[in-house]
Amino acid sequence: MDLKDLYREVILDHNKNPRLFGRLEPADSAADGHNPLCGDQLHITVRVDGERLADLRFEGKGCAISVASASMMCEAVKGKQRQEIAHLFNEVHEVLTRHDAPVPEDLGKLAALSGVREFPVRVKCASLCWHTLNAALERSAATVKTE
Amino acid sequence: MSANPKPAGAYDVERVWRDFPILARQVHGKPLVFLDSAASSQRPASVIAAVDAYEKLHHANVHRGVHQLSQEATAMFEHARERVRTFVNAASTRGVIFTRGTTESINLVAQSYARPRLKPGDEILLTALEHHANIVPWQLVAEQTGALVKAVPMDRRGVVELEAVAANINERTRIVACAHVSNALGTVLPVREIARLAHARGAVVLVDGAQAVPHQRVDLAKLECDFYAFSAHKMYGPTGIGVLVGREKLLEAMPPWQGGGDMILTVSFTKTTFNELPFKFEAGTPNISGAVGMAAAIDYIDALGIDNIHAHEQRLLEVATAKLTRVPGLSIIGTAPDKAAVISFTLDGIHPHDLGTILDAEGVAVRTGHHCAMPVMEFFNVPATARASFACYSRDSDIDALIRALAKAREVFS
Repeated sequence: MDLKDLYREVILDHNKNPRLFGRLEPADSAADGHNPLCGDQLHITVRVDGERLADLRFEGKGCAISVASASMMCEAVKGKQRQEIAHLFNEVHEVLTRHDAPVPEDLGKLAALSGVREFPVRVKCASLCWHTLNAALERSAATVKTE
Repeated sequence: MSANPKPAGAYDVERVWRDFPILARQVHGKPLVFLDSAASSQRPASVIAAVDAYEKLHHANVHRGVHQLSQEATAMFEHARERVRTFVNAASTRGVIFTRGTTESINLVAQSYARPRLKPGDEILLTALEHHANIVPWQLVAEQTGALVKAVPMDRRGVVELEAVAANINERTRIVACAHVSNALGTVLPVREIARLAHARGAVVLVDGAQAVPHQRVDLAKLECDFYAFSAHKMYGPTGIGVLVGREKLLEAMPPWQGGGDMILTVSFTKTTFNELPFKFEAGTPNISGAVGMAAAIDYIDALGIDNIHAHEQRLLEVATAKLTRVPGLSIIGTAPDKAAVISFTLDGIHPHDLGTILDAEGVAVRTGHHCAMPVMEFFNVPATARASFACYSRDSDIDALIRALAKAREVFS
């Protein structure tokens, strides 16, 4: 196991300078995500335009993996159709959890998360934002847990 | 430092280290540096051998059979109870109840002592630094009875002042429950003085001793508390076994907590007569091999000398505190003057969870997270901390490995 695989440049960069950080006001929907294991907390606000995720922001506290994952996710999904987002989530999930899964080319920056699968206890850190976004998109106000 | 440390030569930590087989293994291709003993300590070969011998040669159910094995198992189980009694200087084995651990011991007192007695408006007083195991059982019983749970505040060092305890005890206080040593901060609480304050107002006192028993001499005759709980697995023994030591008078008056075998004298469908202490509180077949292992762990601690272990760990605490303080961006959380060898810390710009992963890659095992003490994290306004904790087998080289791994973390995040 190599730390450089986990803490790639792009991840460290997004951790230090998270993109789309903040809160949309007003927003169409929002959701909270909480990882009780390490205390990661995320709040995601979204504006939707029919099937399209017009804009979103995230804020919260967490480890480098959870912050970078949220930041890269926000960049990747902004402006996309719900269906495309669901497809991306599936791909990210595969890459995070399946040891031998190939990394799809259309993942772009998100491919940097593939190193996380060598660190099983950290997978929840990377997937928290996706579960939270899902909840926001489903207009669920409930707190999402990765447990 | 302890007032009378033994000469350094008297404690051979290299020999102690070799008594623990697991410490010789590697993690991620690096020598294991185990600094998470406050979560669960490792076991010496003698404890592993004692449990093994019991399983291979002596196992049968206890307190039941007339056959030889049952008598041997019963003798070993009851010998373990006597070893526990002498180790903490409890008044009698009748007040030494085997449980699954500290958590179950506290729940037993909450449900069997507190629940039948508490009235709406009565108060249960905790402190701000408690482990969840000494918070949640009281919240449950408070919900069941209408009693209130209050917590004595601590200061920025993580110290609970006696004046603050006194200020929070009143005529409605029925129970005062506090840690002897904080698992998250290392703070040692003045439990005898707290017990005196509580007793002066007619409250009973439970002490969570899980983090104290492995690290300092515990003499229950001097502590004056009514209930004292601890676990074997934090003192070089097996998991799944612990003890509640209680005052006989209180235990006698308490109803059984769980029903089953071993806790009864006679059963008919109209009336059951409960067994005497301590068996009244030990329903079902107990963790016999666990008790055997716990006794072996006590033998091990006694052979090293608990005062020697204390002096050794206090010296490590001093060395580690000095070295960690010099790490740029590192803040130690919990700076009580009277502290056990537990150091919680944060490092600027690196979340404790990332720190834990990087340290692990270097073979260094520390605990990261909220340490089952979320109110403590909230008080210090941190989501989590990293925690290094020391034991009888910890060495100066472990501290150096930790410092090197922290430098590595800073390098990764530079």
